Amino acid sequence: MWAIISILVENKTGVLFKITNLFRARNFNIDSISVGVTENPDYSRMTITTNTDEKQVAQIVKQLDKMIDTVDVKQLDEHKTVYRELCLFMIKLSKASDSMEINKIANAYGGKVHDVKKESLMVELTATPHQIHAFEELIKPFGILDVARTGVAALQRSGS
Amino acid sequence: MNKMKTMTGAKALMTAMEKEGVKQVFGIPGGANLPMYDEFARCNIRHILARHEQSAAHMADGFGRVSRKPGVCFATSGPGATNILTGLATAQADSSPMIAVTGQVPVAMIGKDAFQESDIIGMSNPVVKYAFQPRKASEVPEAVRKGFYIARTGRPGPVLIDIPKDVQQNEAEMEFPDEFKIQGYHPWADPDIVACERAIDMLLNSEKPIILAGGGTIISSAFAELQSIAETLMLPVVTTFKGKGAFPENHPLSLGPIGMHGHAEANKMMTEADCVLAIGTRFSDRSVGTFEAFEKRLKIIHMDVDPAEIGKNQTAQVAVVGDVKASLRIMIKLLLQRSIKKTEETTWIKHVKETKAYWKENLKIHPGEMGAAKILRKLRELLPKESIITTEVGQHQMWASLFYDVIQPGTFFSSTGLGTMGWGFPASIGAKVARPDVPVVDIAGDGSFSMTENSLATAVLEDIPVIVFILNNFSLGMVAQWQRTFYDKRMIGVDQQHCPDYVKLAESYGAQGIRAQSMDELDKAIKTALSSDIVTVIDIPIDPLEDVLPFVAPGTSLADMVLPS
Repeated sequence: MWAIISILVENKTGVLFKITNLFRARNFNIDSISVGVTENPDYSRMTITTNTDEKQVAQIVKQLDKMIDTVDVKQLDEHKTVYRELCLFMIKLSKASDSMEINKIANAYGGKVHDVKKESLMVELTATPHQIHAFEELIKPFGILDVARTGVAALQRSGS
Repeated sequence: MNKMKTMTGAKALMTAMEKEGVKQVFGIPGGANLPMYDEFARCNIRHILARHEQSAAHMADGFGRVSRKPGVCFATSGPGATNILTGLATAQADSSPMIAVTGQVPVAMIGKDAFQESDIIGMSNPVVKYAFQPRKASEVPEAVRKGFYIARTGRPGPVLIDIPKDVQQNEAEMEFPDEFKIQGYHPWADPDIVACERAIDMLLNSEKPIILAGGGTIISSAFAELQSIAETLMLPVVTTFKGKGAFPENHPLSLGPIGMHGHAEANKMMTEADCVLAIGTRFSDRSVGTFEAFEKRLKIIHMDVDPAEIGKNQTAQVAVVGDVKASLRIMIKLLLQRSIKKTEETTWIKHVKETKAYWKENLKIHPGEMGAAKILRKLRELLPKESIITTEVGQHQMWASLFYDVIQPGTFFSSTGLGTMGWGFPASIGAKVARPDVPVVDIAGDGSFSMTENSLATAVLEDIPVIVFILNNFSLGMVAQWQRTFYDKRMIGVDQQHCPDYVKLAESYGAQGIRAQSMDELDKAIKTALSSDIVTVIDIPIDPLEDVLPFVAPGTSLADMVLPS
């Protein structure tokens, strides 16, 4: 199963290392990770996505919760959560019509086009990992030159 | 909040430790911890000099397990710090409360690959409960206060405090906090009454219930509670190896440890049971064999202070999270309220007792005069019941599990999780410091003892009279047994020959060395050791070909136990 785990941690040196070291040492897998300070500078929020079975997700949450530097750990229900990832694609332009077509696809996904050159252009896309994957499949035939992704950031909807 | 005082970080460290009740520190000085060492001249804490930092850590560990208060070890930066890693990992694996204080290069030198710099915070991360590195002198008192609290509460464990040299030297206004908060640390859950009710129902509705007591039972000293539950519900008690002696092994309901070298009757009954009340255990592979086979057969009630243990290795039908002593007390209260007391012998209990009697009678032991079983039964016969045992790691350790019955709960300690050879002797020194009033015996093998034998210097010079009881088969016996069993008798790297001579070795350190080659000599040697005030090493040559049996091969189930033929 694909799981989103949201971790509120004390914002101090070495915490990111301890979290990732826990995943490594316990043979857990990290699909994506994003970290940023919260509205309170004493805390950071980490969002980790992982792909594993239900039993292991429960273990990951418990082991993270046991860590002294974690203040709150929960697995988010993706149906009650807004989760997005920002992704930048550098795409190859081979013929005159490519730019137009890529623009169309990007628009359909709510993407923005940057850095249009003769040989390439860049698309910025903020979407769910699933949508990003679908977009990637559509632009693959043009030739993807480079990709940078931020990892998923997620917040539960209020009242859930 | 106590009133502020100006002092150095090193002085603050010692002051804060005195406030925590620390009476002694095991350690070795070096360049980066000299400011702390200098403070021993001005405080009431005794320093006990080890001969290797790993041994200092094991001494602190042994002290911690016996006294249930964190033992403290000191090491310098770099190699001093890396040498304690095995000690930290051992304490972590066995949930032992410990504080390791290391010196570090000055703050400005960190990350510059300075002389004797090691990133001990990074290296130790997976094997400590928590680590502090105060970067300012004023941060030292709080690190000590929180460190001791974390080490001894909930599921205990080792805490590292790494102090840069300039932080030790610098002066600051010090506050020694009484109150403090650690937001993300919740050492104990409240006892779960509903889960306790369900546990009782499940036990009452089972035909063949059994108790599996793990190390957590000993850590929370739930001895009386365990005995009360077992007697009230007429439940046979098996233990893990770490839980050995959680329940008196001469009790009619006691079956002894299960596991790879468990008692035959314990493994047999464990495989026949239909419901287990598992107390403070992580269901280690060495205890339960293949996980799947264990899980399929049984309804499991899992009681543990650490929520992360629930469902880690075994899926439990009922989980009781919380301090096991508190949870067992709730169960006792509920049983009283429901006026439940079993007195009649069930078919199951009759069968358990018959099985136990059969194996007491029929387990084949080494036929020679100096077989392991006879040697350890002799030791048991002559030691007062309150004596404390530590063991090394290897065949002798498993023989101790099989043939040395623990009568007074909580008097048997071993490196069970990490299986650290060389642990037993320094740990026995720590144990004797915690309990100078009782005999402390390290049941040793020659291979394991040789790893930390230089702690003889510490025991002799600091006048800590422990007894080292070496079952000497002149080899790394457990490895030799595996080579005989699994590698077609190709014996590689296991022969220690007759080197060293342990009697002479003991004497060279100023200890008493006695060789015992017959039961008469052994009898005399043990009596001499018990009546002497000096460290005694008893060297007992045994048959190098004696195997530890029964044996459950790795990756198999308890039902596949191999018995002596």
